[in-house]
Amino acid sequence: MLRIVEPGLSTTVQDTGRYGHYHIGMPPSGAVDQYAHRVANFLVGNEADAATLELTYTGPEVVFEEEGLVAVCGADMDPSLDGEPVPTWTAVRVAAGQTLSFEFATEGARAYLAVDGGIDTEPVMGSRATYTLIGVGGHEGRELEAGDELPTGATEADGLEGNSVDAAHVPDYGAETSIRVVMGLCDYRLTEDGKETLLDTEWTVSNEADRVGYRLDADVDIQGLFVEREQPFGAGTDLTNVVDLGYPVGSIQMAGQPIVLMRDAVTGGGYATVGTVISPDRSTLAQGRSHETVTFEPVSVEEALTAREDWTARLDRLREELLG
Amino acid sequence: MSGSGIERQSLSTPRYEYGGDDHVFVELSESMSFTANFKAQAITKEVRARDIPGIIEVAPSNASYLLHFDPEVVHPDTLIDRLRDIEAGIDLTAYTWEARVLDVPVLYDDPWTRETLMQFRERHQDPEATDLEYSARINGFSGPEEFIEAHAGAPHMVTMVGFVPGLPWTFQMVPRDQQIEVPKYVQPRTETPSRAVGFGGAFTAIYSVPGAGGYQLFGRTPVEVLDVDQQLSAFADSMVLPNPGDIINFRRVDREEYDRIRDAVEANDYEYNIGHIDFEPEEFFEHPSEYTDRITEVLD
Repeated sequence: MLRIVEPGLSTTVQDTGRYGHYHIGMPPSGAVDQYAHRVANFLVGNEADAATLELTYTGPEVVFEEEGLVAVCGADMDPSLDGEPVPTWTAVRVAAGQTLSFEFATEGARAYLAVDGGIDTEPVMGSRATYTLIGVGGHEGRELEAGDELPTGATEADGLEGNSVDAAHVPDYGAETSIRVVMGLCDYRLTEDGKETLLDTEWTVSNEADRVGYRLDADVDIQGLFVEREQPFGAGTDLTNVVDLGYPVGSIQMAGQPIVLMRDAVTGGGYATVGTVISPDRSTLAQGRSHETVTFEPVSVEEALTAREDWTARLDRLREELLG
Repeated sequence: MSGSGIERQSLSTPRYEYGGDDHVFVELSESMSFTANFKAQAITKEVRARDIPGIIEVAPSNASYLLHFDPEVVHPDTLIDRLRDIEAGIDLTAYTWEARVLDVPVLYDDPWTRETLMQFRERHQDPEATDLEYSARINGFSGPEEFIEAHAGAPHMVTMVGFVPGLPWTFQMVPRDQQIEVPKYVQPRTETPSRAVGFGGAFTAIYSVPGAGGYQLFGRTPVEVLDVDQQLSAFADSMVLPNPGDIINFRRVDREEYDRIRDAVEANDYEYNIGHIDFEPEEFFEHPSEYTDRITEVLD
């Protein structure tokens, strides 16, 4: 069992997501950086879908009631165990009663704390992912608070202590990130110049960049990127409006500014979506911090599929190495 | 008005679009129509029935649909080929379904949405009027009374569920020339009470949870469309009540009835009034007024 002493800025239980309910308006939730989440699990002997804690900018202070194995991957929050620094991307043994604490992230925005056996809260609709909007999953459907106690699953993770990930597999969270995008969806609504502007602009991650969406700022008149038209019946009067439709996770919605939809996003609405961030790069974007720079790099769907295959193969290899 | 039918729309070729490496979005029409919506429902029903390997989510929307899939199991182009196949085989004239008819009481011009809309007047097209007064005027009604009569005067089809869990988009079951159309707020509100009944574009929505919103606010219903803990009997099978293809009858109630229903809902002791009808689009298109009268009659 874990006991939360200080909750950190926004700490939630997350996993690989809750699927099969998009048509009733339920987004998948789950760890927004699936790479760091999965590697953290492999390090402590878990499968990818075990639940971890997602820490945002500032991690919590956690007491371990029992001995166990932990790993912290993702943003660098300088974790320490009873005041002694511990390495990240590494399986670390903790003794009963020890306290793990974190500093403000120096690089990246989100870290994942995995424990052997996984965070063992009750699954809701097949997942432990927290979806705070309607209060389902995780611990009481909400961000963790001081005093919360979280059960962990049983394991026999022997011999994994000290395991770590080769430096080549530790991402560098730079302040300038290029994110690959497959243009499409309703990009016919943009002029050719409008598309170029979207792709040529250095966007700044705004202060509103969270599990719901990454709002991007730049001195760009969004209306001016759109093709003039007489709006179709039911779409609403604004040029950026379409007849309300479903939004893919990762899509770029043009609602006064580009908003990349993350894993707790609205599932549909009436703003034109003009492209989709490819699945591996959604994890990369989730490490983007407010005021950092993001540019979009257009790729074909074949390039997107290859990138996805590479990402999956890399995680499969890491799983093989770490779990055997 | 009984003479006027609903024109079937001839839709252009669907637009198949990649959503990154793991979604396909299919737009059946840029404009809203029953034809486009019924086609989205018919296709997605068939997609589910075929149980295509790799498909993770199937989400019909107003005039389009969205699929989420595992590209390690199915290539998007293979999937699109199968979707074209399904589309070619759909005969909308033969597409019927058993529709639930849901009674949704509404206190129009209620004190809660009125307080909200007054707070956000500077974000509205017409800061001097209420949302009801504005919507009545631009749709050619004499005032809110006549407008409310029209909104509650014919049932509405649920054409999409989403945005947030349980929120239905509904499209009124009247010919195009009687459809209400209103723009969304110039700038969205940061607040909307839950159970608010709002209108944007050609759609009525019921806000299942409190939050931001840009639809014009007309009233509030005492009943829930989302019950996360599934305490109310109507939610035994799902935490969400409305599904695409259901029909909602917005029924005007007074404050006394609103309070009575709300008390029962809060005590988890409210029995929703739900009827059933074998919905036949062709008959509805031919004689919408007579047909929707029959629909509302299935409610007690």
